[in-house]
This record gives sequence, C-alpha cells and structure tokens, in this order.
Amino acid sequence: METQRQYEVVFIVDPATEDDEVSRLTENLKQIATDQGGIVTKTESMGRRPLAYEILHKNEGNFVLLEIEGSGREIAELERRMRVNDRIIRYITVRVDEDRRRAEKFKAKRARKAEKRPGGQQHAKASNPTVEVALDDEADEA
Amino acid sequence: MTTNYEDRDRGRRFNGEEDFDRGRSQGRGGRRMRRRRICRFCIEKVDIIDFKDARFLQNYIPERGKILPRRISGNCAIHQRMLAEAIKRARNIALLPYTTD
Repeated sequence: METQRQYEVVFIVDPATEDDEVSRLTENLKQIATDQGGIVTKTESMGRRPLAYEILHKNEGNFVLLEIEGSGREIAELERRMRVNDRIIRYITVRVDEDRRRAEKFKAKRARKAEKRPGGQQHAKASNPTVEVALDDEADEA
Repeated sequence: MTTNYEDRDRGRRFNGEEDFDRGRSQGRGGRRMRRRRICRFCIEKVDIIDFKDARFLQNYIPERGKILPRRISGNCAIHQRMLAEAIKRARNIALLPYTTD
C-alpha cells in the first residue's frame, strides 16, 4: 500500500489577475489534485504581498497555500499544470509529513522526560539546553 | 479567510543584532568574554520552522541577505539546519531575498 504523504504547495499568481480569477484558478488546481486521488486538507490565501526580488518583471504576487494529502502522483500532475500556466509565476512544493512526525517525536520525548522528573526544579534546569559553553580562545596573556 | 502573516509574530520577535553582540571581545585586552550559547529555538521548544513566516525569518538574515551563522546566533545544529532550510525555501518563493545590494 502506498503511504499517505502530506504536502504544502505554495504558488504565486500574477498580480494582474482579478481576485475571483485567482479563486477560480485555485479551485481548478484543487480539482486536479482531487481527480488524481489526493485530498486537499487546507486552502489558504496568503494575500497579495511584495516579492523580495523581481520575477518576470513583477514586484508583487498573490500567494496561495494548499495542503494536500496523497501518494505524490497528484503533486506531479499539479506541478506540471502549474508550470504550463502563465498566470502562475512561481510555485514550491514541500513535503511536510516527515517533519511533522519528527516534531511529534520530539514532543513525546519532552513529555516523557518531564514525567520522569516530577517536581524538581533543579533537575529541570539540568536538562535545559542553556548550558554554559566557553567561547573559543580562553588563553589570556595575563 | 486570510491569516495575516505580517502580524502573527509580533509577540515573539526579538531584537537580534543588539543581542547577538553581547559578550563580544572587549577591545585590545586580548581576553575574550565568556558568552552563553543559547539556542532560542530549544528554549522555546520550536519543532518546526515555517518557511512561510517571512517576518520571523527576517531576524536571521542581516543586511546582505545571508543566513546568520550559528557562531553568532548561538543556535544548536539541529535548529540551525531547520532554519537554513526554511530560509532557502522562503527565498525560492520570493518571500526573502537571495541578495540585497
């Protein structure tokens, strides 16, 4: 069985595009992802923001975020469509399930640690990462 | 539905520059001050650094747009790696600059 993966897709739409055109485009892409067997778990418009550098002589863009769950096949199709679309000036896909799982693990670990040492403030301090470390050259010419 | 990414992190921002310089060597004395190495991400128990959060990442790119080195920020290796990755992603989608001149 294929594992379910989670992705975050952010794409930037040409600033000259009307707002309802943007939402139509977004719906379109969501439909493509769904058709390929993916699940769109979140759609968010990050709004119109300035670009940190010029892309295709544009200094602004409409940012849209999608969160998609699936096998990865829908991502391939989605990226292909986005590449072809002139309205979309940039996109990025990030796989997030592994990082999230890792974060969960860290959290669980912390919880376990906290459980092991009940109360003791001094103990909590010992496990804190605020350990004092000397900076490189200690040697003083005194 | 729009999350205002600009406002979201006002609270947990800190004044980087000023803080990072604390404990730097003091003139020609030859003796360097001991400085605490603190990973802010460890203290705040950050597990995921979001690449979409340009406001926050801005703290870690000085004027030239480079990634602030670990020896200055004091980040731990794990978090520095996560941070660098996030900054690079943010650059890719033009939330952060590759260079500034």
